[in-house]
Amino acid sequence: MKRVNGRIMTVFFFALAVLFLAAVTAAGWVFSEEALVTDFSRKNLGPGLQYLFGTDWLGRDMFIRTLTGLSMSIRIGILAAGVSSVLALLLGTMAATMGKTVDAVITWVIDLVMGIPHILLLILISYALGKGLKGVVVGVALTHWTSLARVIRGEVMQLKEALYIRTARKLGVGGFEIAWKHMFPHLFPQFLVGLILTFPHAILHEASITFLGFGLSPEQPAVGIILSESMKYLAMGRWWLALFPGLFLVFTVVLFDVAGENLRRLMDPGSVHI
Amino acid sequence: MVLEAKHISFQYGKDSRQILEDFSLRIESHERVGLAAPSGFGKTTFCKILSGYEEPDRGEILLDGRPLSSYGRYCPVQMIWQHPEQVVNPRLRMREVLKEGDGIEDRILQGLGIEEDWKNRFPAEISGGEMQRFCIARALGKRTKFLLADEISTMLDLITQSQIWSFLMEEVERREIGLLAVSHSMPLLESVCTRICDLSAGI
Repeated sequence: MKRVNGRIMTVFFFALAVLFLAAVTAAGWVFSEEALVTDFSRKNLGPGLQYLFGTDWLGRDMFIRTLTGLSMSIRIGILAAGVSSVLALLLGTMAATMGKTVDAVITWVIDLVMGIPHILLLILISYALGKGLKGVVVGVALTHWTSLARVIRGEVMQLKEALYIRTARKLGVGGFEIAWKHMFPHLFPQFLVGLILTFPHAILHEASITFLGFGLSPEQPAVGIILSESMKYLAMGRWWLALFPGLFLVFTVVLFDVAGENLRRLMDPGSVHI
Repeated sequence: MVLEAKHISFQYGKDSRQILEDFSLRIESHERVGLAAPSGFGKTTFCKILSGYEEPDRGEILLDGRPLSSYGRYCPVQMIWQHPEQVVNPRLRMREVLKEGDGIEDRILQGLGIEEDWKNRFPAEISGGEMQRFCIARALGKRTKFLLADEISTMLDLITQSQIWSFLMEEVERREIGLLAVSHSMPLLESVCTRICDLSAGI
């Protein structure tokens, strides 16, 4: 059998993951109305050809509900992960460049946030902000920036001492140009990969606190809502209400992870030989 | 112009060895001074202090009686390092690297034998000797008054070495740039320099 080039495979997996996630997001947008349509003539149907994932106790199509729920989760994930990564970039750079006191304070905050279990802090923040979309996004953003901030702090500190940057300073190159020409190209891949690897965490945590009742409101077809509502019906043998949305949530999370990991390998200069 | 190092003492961290102890040196613009010492005697460290990369524990560096920091962003004392690959950003093409210098003239590039198509390459695509020529060129900007050459030719073959050194000598003489050449090769220093100073003798 002819061996496929590792780099092509990596690009292929990355593209596949991105394509799937984009398709789910778009589908959720298109079907957002239909996910709420109830039809009592078709309630409690098992999975079949007409309704792939079955229907629930109000006769709503579970396939469409799963798609819209995932789409919602992905959009929240992107928003929360984006905010969280920008926060990490700012705080990490500040810690590395603004002197010992700022560094000590930011490092202390990082340790503090990392020391408290994510889910607990997330529930507290979300609850304090009145739950809903705002609570979830702010909660996830404020709890997920720490590890990326640490990485960026370390990178910037190392770069600052790099001989080629110190030489550039001696040659009169200005601070902005050093940041843009020397530091940014080095930090950007790390930042992007960090951003993508934050998505799966953000999505899972969004789903968990929504499931626990501290997240999105019940009218929104989020995966967490679908799962928590279906719990009541599991004992009645309607397993499909939880199985498919749960599986697809896991699948989405894994795909984000695959995308991030493959992107990291593509951008790492040492990976030419994979 | 005069570059003076006055009573320099230096060590890396409190617990490490004393590298320089009350060392003084005076270089004038028309001079080419050789600095000789065995490995580990602080030749590179002294160059780093002279060009402002390290602060001495005691003593001071003066250029025409003023500290280096009073000369604005471009440091008039430029250092050429022993390992060119450490002072070139691996993500920039050599053309960009040259642009960091202060208006490097084509004459300098020709004198150093830099070929046109090398400029489009990345540092990983040229040899150490080729990269070193770019570093030498970059340090020869218009506002450079003193040049510190720290073992700059160790990775070059003899023909290239002599080509580069004869160009450098001509250039510093014409522009009245003071030169401090560091090497442990005595024959090289004897042929290049107007006087030689032994760093190990003072300790």
